[in-house]
Formats: sequence, C-alpha cells, structure tokens
Amino acid sequence: MSALRILVPVKRVIDYTVKIRVVNGAVDTNVKYSINPFDEIAVEQAVQMKEKKLASEIIAMTVGPTKSAETLRTALAMGADRAVHIEVPEGTEVQPLQVAKIVKAIVEKEKPGLVLLGKQAIDDDSSQTGQMLAGLLGWPQATFASKIETAGEKLTVTREVDGGLETVSASLPAIVTTDLRLNTPRYASLQNIMKAKKKPISTISVKDIGVDITPSIEIISVSEPPKRVGGGKVADVDELISKLKAAGAI
Amino acid sequence: MLKDAVAKFANEQVRPKVQEMDEKELLDKTILKGLFDQGLMGIETPSEYNGAESSFMSAILTVEELAKVDPSLSVICDVQNTLVNTLFGKYGTPAQKEKYMTRLATDTVGCFCLSEAGSGSDAFALQTRAVKQGNKYILNGTKMWITNSYEAEIFLVFANVDPSKGYKGITCFIVEKDMGVKIAKKEIKLGIRASSTCSLSFDDIEIPEENVLGEVGKGYKYAIEILNEGRIGIAAQMIGLAQGAFDSALPYMYQRKQFGTAIGDFQGMQFQVAQIATEIEAARLMTYNAARLKEQGHDFVKEAAMAKLYSSQIAEKAASKAIEWVGGVGFTREFPIEKYFRDCKIGAIYEGTSNIQLQTIAKLIKPKYV
Repeated sequence: MSALRILVPVKRVIDYTVKIRVVNGAVDTNVKYSINPFDEIAVEQAVQMKEKKLASEIIAMTVGPTKSAETLRTALAMGADRAVHIEVPEGTEVQPLQVAKIVKAIVEKEKPGLVLLGKQAIDDDSSQTGQMLAGLLGWPQATFASKIETAGEKLTVTREVDGGLETVSASLPAIVTTDLRLNTPRYASLQNIMKAKKKPISTISVKDIGVDITPSIEIISVSEPPKRVGGGKVADVDELISKLKAAGAI
Repeated sequence: MLKDAVAKFANEQVRPKVQEMDEKELLDKTILKGLFDQGLMGIETPSEYNGAESSFMSAILTVEELAKVDPSLSVICDVQNTLVNTLFGKYGTPAQKEKYMTRLATDTVGCFCLSEAGSGSDAFALQTRAVKQGNKYILNGTKMWITNSYEAEIFLVFANVDPSKGYKGITCFIVEKDMGVKIAKKEIKLGIRASSTCSLSFDDIEIPEENVLGEVGKGYKYAIEILNEGRIGIAAQMIGLAQGAFDSALPYMYQRKQFGTAIGDFQGMQFQVAQIATEIEAARLMTYNAARLKEQGHDFVKEAAMAKLYSSQIAEKAASKAIEWVGGVGFTREFPIEKYFRDCKIGAIYEGTSNIQLQTIAKLIKPKYV
C-alpha cells in the first residue's frame, strides 16, 4: 500500500436545497446545514484512492463552531479515518486567507502528501482557500480537477477550463481542488454512520493554533437579489417596438 | 445524520421510481438493493452479522423517513427490521443468527407468516400444522396476506405442532424458499402496491429440527410480543406518510392563486393546515415516546397501541385533507397525494387492526380502576 496520506479540509455550509433568506442584513442561519458539496467530492476522491490502495490514511479537518463536528462525522461516515476539528466560537467569521493559514498549520503537523479540497464553498463562492494554501506552503497546485491520476510521486490532473480540458502534472506533495464532475459522492451507509461515531475527532481551539483569524476583508452589506417583477403583455410587434423605444432600449 | 442519509436516499433514488412501482405493483430491484447497501435492512443487527448495530429508535426514524417518500418501501424496511430481524435477534441460536441474520442484513428479504384465511386477529384459530417425524417437521397449510413474500427467501412461519394444546402448540419455524414454499397468489391492492402481499402454500415441506426458532410451543407468545413492538414501526410509517402528504400539498397551496390570494393564505385554509400539522406532531410524539419506552425497557404495549391507532387515523385525515387542499390536481395521478390516500388505509388493518388496538388499550386501562 502506498504511504500517501491525504488531508481533506471540509466546510459546513447551508444545505444546497435551502432557499437563502436575508433577515435584518444577515443571512438567516436557522436552516439546514450540510457538508459543502465540492468538499464531499474531495472526500469521495480520497476514499476512492484509499480503496485503490493509492493512499494509506485520510484525515478530514474543518474550521468552524461546535456544530461543524457533524460535518466531520459525515466525512468519517464516507470513509475518512480520523478528523481534526479547529473550533472557533459560534458566529465567528473565518475568511479564506485565515482558513488557509490554519490548514497550513495542520499540514505542518500532520505532514500529508496530498491536500484535497473543494474548488470553492457554495456559501461565499470565494474559491481562494486551496490556492492560498498552495502559496503559503510553496506547494504545486492543480485546481478544478475533473480527473486525478497518481503514479509514484507524480500527479496528473485534468482540469476543466473555458476552452475545454487542460492536463497538468505536479509532483507530490501538492494541493488539488475538486470540481463537480470528478465523481459522484457515495451515500454513507448506516453501518458506516455507526462506525463513524467511534472514529476519533481531535478538537483544537483556534487559539492554540496560533493563527490570527481577524478578518482581512470587510463585508459592507448583505442583501437579497432584487425580486422579479411581473412584465406586461403586448398584442403585436408594433406595440413591442414602441414600448422598447419608450423604455430607451432601442 | 441518519435521518439526513435516509432522506437523501429516499429523495434522490426512490422518489423518481415511486409512481412506476405503484403502477406496476412491483418493487424495483435496484431500490431494494439500495436499501441493503445503505444498511437499512439490518439496522439493529450486530456488526458481526454485517448489521449497523444501531438502535430501535434509528429503525423508527428510518421507517418514518422512507414513508415520507414511499410508504410501500417503508413497510419492506419496517417488517424486515422490527419483526424478522428482531425475532432472530431475540430467540435465534448463535448458529441461526450467524446463518440468517447475516443474509437478512446483506441481501435477503425475510417475511413474517402468521395470518391465515381463518386466522387474523384471532391467532388461536391457526390451521397450519407441523408434524414431527424423527429429526424433522413436516409443514402443511396456507398463509394469507403475507407482506414482502414475493421477494422473500426466508419465511418465519407460525404453525401448530400439537392442536390439542391449543395456542400452546404454536411454534415458529425458519423456512427457506427452496425448501418448497409456493406463492399461491399475489394480491392486487388498493395501496402500498409496491410492497408485495401474497398467499403462500406449504405442501409437505420438510423442515430440519434445528430450524425451530426459540422453543417449541412458544410461537404464539413470540408473535404477540413482536407485534407489540412492530406496531411502533407501523405508527412511524403512518406519521411519515402523513408528513409526506402534507409536504406534497403545501408548496402548491402557496403557489396557486384564487381571487388574487394564494389559497394557503385564506384563513379557512390556514386553520386547517395548522390543525393537521399539530395532529401530525402529536402522533409523532406518541410514536417516539412508545419507541423510547420500549428502548428503555419500560412497559410500552398500551402506548404502542395508542401510537399506532392514532397515527393511522391522522395519516388518513392528513392525506384526505391534503387532496382537498390542492383540489383537482390532488385527485389526479399528476400529483402524488392520491397515492398517500390509498396507502394510508393499510395502517388501520395490518399488525393489529384499529379495533384490536382499541381493545388492547381498553384492556390495559381497566386494571387500574377495578
């Protein structure tokens, strides 16, 4: 078996089926949460690599409040071996640069050969953590992976880019961020959910990591997209043109 | 997490097949395989037999979640877990558990064969006979309305070994399909059509002595005990069904406008919705409470009977109201609500009819006052 150890950082986000509502200038957080779907793909990829004996251990990690432990349990139920929870107080905002710094600290401690994470989180859509982590560590990065192959210390990653597919290669250790079409995450079976309860999660307070999590980006306001308003009906082309002219569109 | 995992499976894998399975009156094999792969057919089964080694409450929550999407599939999972697996778990020898519980948790459907043409609520009238010959039993008789029996390969058959002893002759036998179980007729039904219901015939079937489950003559006791617990599962199925019907109706009610107002916003509708939501919640609490009492080893027979009785009534009411709320479309097969209405009727019938539940409740109330 390969001795490759994989670190998979995951994020707890508002479930993709929930309709986001803004209440008093903030997103309503009293809703269902689940694992970020792109991170779920990263976990699946890691588990598949372990099943093919391409990896020896999968460590899941998250940065978040106490409730984020649920997200780690999901990763453990899918097949991660153990988890690290960097706990922050409820309601703390941790931005991509700060998350990348925390992940870097864990990378230095756990010494994985590969960090697999979602290309972005579906809540803030920043798509920055993986790239910043690569920069901080000085490791090669392959983002938006739709196919990952490993051969010894070499990694070949197919990426989806605007013009089609791009294939890049990198040497390990490396950072790979996962895209939608990489795989279809499995359902966690009840047996594995039960087993996951016994897998270890080590909880570390963010203070003990020694990373300053003060936000570096200021959020000025949060608002819902403008509501769609109903249009009018026109009887014929002439009326349409006159209306468009009146609206200054043509 | 269990609820989420089951809900995800139910919504993504099961929901697209619900109507087709109902129309064909046939369980989709990939869905059945999904139930096994998800570990939902051996919820309480120990992990050494490939089970999930989870709790009774997990089984109840699973049955409820499945019923929100398809009450037919829910009963398949319910019978396997709360009747068949539980009987093996409680009374099986280590060899029987090893052999059968593993299969039941992995890929084999089991069924519980008690009812007969002349023996439903009156289990004393059981006619199926097992006659001992040397180290085996010869089984003869017919069973009716056996849930899941079309797919099943393991049958727990209740038969009398000595009619002169009355119900004390009733014994539970483990019968495998290839011993010669014949499906006499597959019923065509009003509801839960994807769950098979058949009559079975046993014609001089030889059963090895080691296939007696538990003790000879204790079968009636086992059946009654197991059905007491099983009722909590049916209650869970009924609250899932009620919630499923409710959830199917509500979005449309806030979409459809009449007289310039969404129909869900008329006070007459608001009050009905609130009433049903409250009743579903009450039924759910009764069901969870019965499950909790059972899990903690307290008396639960009365509470389980009440939960099943009430949940089946609320399921019928919720499904019926949900059809009325959405109006015309609710009456058509375009919408899934009419199916919930058809599916709910079984709740008042199987695993003890509503009248039997009332009798059980009354019987347990009286001693406190006389």
